[in-house]
Amino acid sequence: MNFSISLTVNGEKRNVELDDPRVTLLDLLRERLDLTGTKKGCDRGQCGACTVLVNGKRINSCLALALSHDGAEVLTIEGVAHGDELHPVQAGFIAFDGFQCGFCTAGQIMSAIGLINEGHAGDDPERIREAMSGNLCRCGAYLGITEAVLDAQKKLTAAGRRDAA
Amino acid sequence: MKTFDYIRPSTIPDAIAAAGAGATYLAAGTNLLDLMKGGVTRPDRLIDITRIPGLDQIERQSDGGLRIGALVRNADLAHDRDILRSYPAIAEALLSGASAQLRNAATVGGNLMQRTRCPYFYDVASACNRREPGSGCDALHGENRLHAIIGWSEACIATHPSDFCVPLVAFDAVAEIEGRKGRRDIPLEDLHRLPGNAPERETALEPGDLIVALRLPGQAAAFSKHQRYLKVRERTSYAFAVVSAAAALDNAGGKIRQARLALGGVAAKPWRSRAAEEILAGASPSEAVFRRAAEAALAEAKPSGDNAFKIELARRVLLRALTMAAAGTPERLPALPASPFSSVAGARHDA
Repeated sequence: MNFSISLTVNGEKRNVELDDPRVTLLDLLRERLDLTGTKKGCDRGQCGACTVLVNGKRINSCLALALSHDGAEVLTIEGVAHGDELHPVQAGFIAFDGFQCGFCTAGQIMSAIGLINEGHAGDDPERIREAMSGNLCRCGAYLGITEAVLDAQKKLTAAGRRDAA
Repeated sequence: MKTFDYIRPSTIPDAIAAAGAGATYLAAGTNLLDLMKGGVTRPDRLIDITRIPGLDQIERQSDGGLRIGALVRNADLAHDRDILRSYPAIAEALLSGASAQLRNAATVGGNLMQRTRCPYFYDVASACNRREPGSGCDALHGENRLHAIIGWSEACIATHPSDFCVPLVAFDAVAEIEGRKGRRDIPLEDLHRLPGNAPERETALEPGDLIVALRLPGQAAAFSKHQRYLKVRERTSYAFAVVSAAAALDNAGGKIRQARLALGGVAAKPWRSRAAEEILAGASPSEAVFRRAAEAALAEAKPSGDNAFKIELARRVLLRALTMAAAGTPERLPALPASPFSSVAGARHDA
């Protein structure tokens, strides 16, 4: 059985023919669309390395069936920078040493962008750590990750105020 | 993963008509896809219900209660104003479960239908009566420190993993079911079954049944000022409960008018304790009466293996949850929802 789905990925409309219903959103991104920035860690929803935004919300793409997401808008790590200008969360991860090996980083950054969009954590480091608990970092860069998220949130909030003014 | 047919009906009757033998409903799939990847569940057909209109609404009812569509996402429900105002322990339970990513995807109906996290159920090389009836139970003489202490049988000692369902049974929530013979209600307390000799029959649902909504009665809002969910985990966040408790009090004039208590992580279903509620009703809130209630709630408990510690832990979690509920629902949910590490005035940290 063949299935045809269409998605908007990083602002670009993509039509994909699937010959197999088992393909996850993660495998669709990596294997069919060559967007390998999103990482496959555990593939079971435990590590968060595969985090992407679907319709603006962070989810584990390994536990999402691609077919179920026909018509969805997907944002991956490849779509967050503006040309050579890094997203404030990306810049924060560099400035505050939010990674060592980097394998979890794409998922951490997408999760942090989702967290800031959700707007529930404020500038409380404890709430940020709790809201980032779905992203594991085996190198243990959690301290830098929390600082990076706090910094990016501050910059994005200030930018939002400038836009509103 | 075994391959399957995939269909995406746009009406409830179409979904039910497609639900023949070997078919399974798919919502977010956060539990189902995991089970399918491990070969634990091997459906022939997935019926994707996520495009059925009208199942993602939260509606206020004439009795002041809420009707929550089966496709409402856990994160949306946890931050809903009516839930936070009237049933804050439900928000706290939801936010103590899984991770932010999973809560954004997981649905109300899916949470009710999630399977046990018993590692022997997940390991297809192990004997498991729940997964394969008659094969035995490797948990019974295996690594079982986290298994059931109430309502278990020699056939199965698994626990129900949901946090959300614990305050739901305390508040008399009702699941609305659409089935081959029409619509009916199942009280949440009767939805999940104890294992007995047939642990493979996990719920009261019949073939083809689809959960379409969850109703919270308006009268349960009487507990809104004094309710908490408390969950002891082996790490502070993103872990299933070792033991959890929902405690809710309706206090007036220095007395408890009525109380609601339920435990999670102790049985194959969220465990409501009416005996403990009766002890509390009419009493003045005090540590002594909370302790008696906790004793009553665990009166039938017995270890199913290397887990006798969970009985005393459950008593202490209940005592602590009652103490926190008596102190009052906090203005804002704590940074670490349901965690014993939250610093809330009035809660003893050595209970």
